[in-house]
Amino acid sequence: MNLNEFINNFAEQFDDTDKSEFNADTLFHDLDEWSSMTALSIIGMVDEKYGITIKGDDIRSSETIEDLFKKLQEKK
Amino acid sequence: MLTYNPFTLENKTILVTGASSGIGKAIAIECSKMGAQVIVTARNEKRLQETFDRLAISTDQGHLRIIADLSNEVDIERLTNSVQNLDGLVNCAGIAKPQLFQFSNADELHEIMQANFFSAALLTQKLLKKKKMKKNSSIIFISSISGVKVSYIGGGLYSSTKAALSGLMKGIALEQASKGIRVNTIAPGMVNTHILDEGTITPEQLAEDVKKYPLKRYGEPEDIAYAAVYLLSDASSWVTGTDLLIDGGYTLQ
Repeated sequence: MNLNEFINNFAEQFDDTDKSEFNADTLFHDLDEWSSMTALSIIGMVDEKYGITIKGDDIRSSETIEDLFKKLQEKK
Repeated sequence: MLTYNPFTLENKTILVTGASSGIGKAIAIECSKMGAQVIVTARNEKRLQETFDRLAISTDQGHLRIIADLSNEVDIERLTNSVQNLDGLVNCAGIAKPQLFQFSNADELHEIMQANFFSAALLTQKLLKKKKMKKNSSIIFISSISGVKVSYIGGGLYSSTKAALSGLMKGIALEQASKGIRVNTIAPGMVNTHILDEGTITPEQLAEDVKKYPLKRYGEPEDIAYAAVYLLSDASSWVTGTDLLIDGGYTLQ
């Protein structure tokens, strides 16, 4: 599991936010496009690409994309 | 003592599926309190026993518990064969799993359709075919506001299963009317059950969601159980093919 690849997969769930806005330290809750819909997209993507089940709580308690990535690694 | 109670379930035998938790559990308990003999069924033996132990006994009704996995046709067959002369059937067993449609797959579609629709449909079909439902009996499917009326993000599959139940209900209601068998659905809004405990929804999202209900709370399982009591009792003997909305006003706006 690779952080850059995860950031790419994360960014792919967004339609209107430029890819350059997604980095390890992006505070994703603050993005204009962030919503319950994008949150569920992230959960779906993580299940599909990594076979890992995360919950709303995992997303809520993560501030940056890297925070969430670390949670994935713990669950792997 | 003089008692007037058009909603009594005395001398009625009621089969409740999904009786180990949530709405099914509340329906089983309330039916027993209204005097019915209740047959509870579910997959989990321990949790079903908890429901069974809470059933009220007023007139030696002789409640029964039958372990069955309704995703398994053999179990449906066995359950059907072990009951008779039913005055009521309440199909409560079901699951909910928030999932964006674009991330769903065939297995997940099958799983939720099986749990929420096929199981209830097949059990009902076998009970009718084997003449286990008495004349003038009552069949209830627990549907939802999600499906025919509204849906929610991540609720496409769940809503599909509930809409399917509504269609099925109408067809059976017409076919069984000649025997006086009444068929209805109950469409609850969000009810405080454990159905979302393992899901992806956070307490904050739930708190935000409650604000959308004009009556400012989610339903309690008993709110739905009282409606089931009505539909099972002779008080509703002219009610068939209806979808009884119980949603705290959610779909008003």
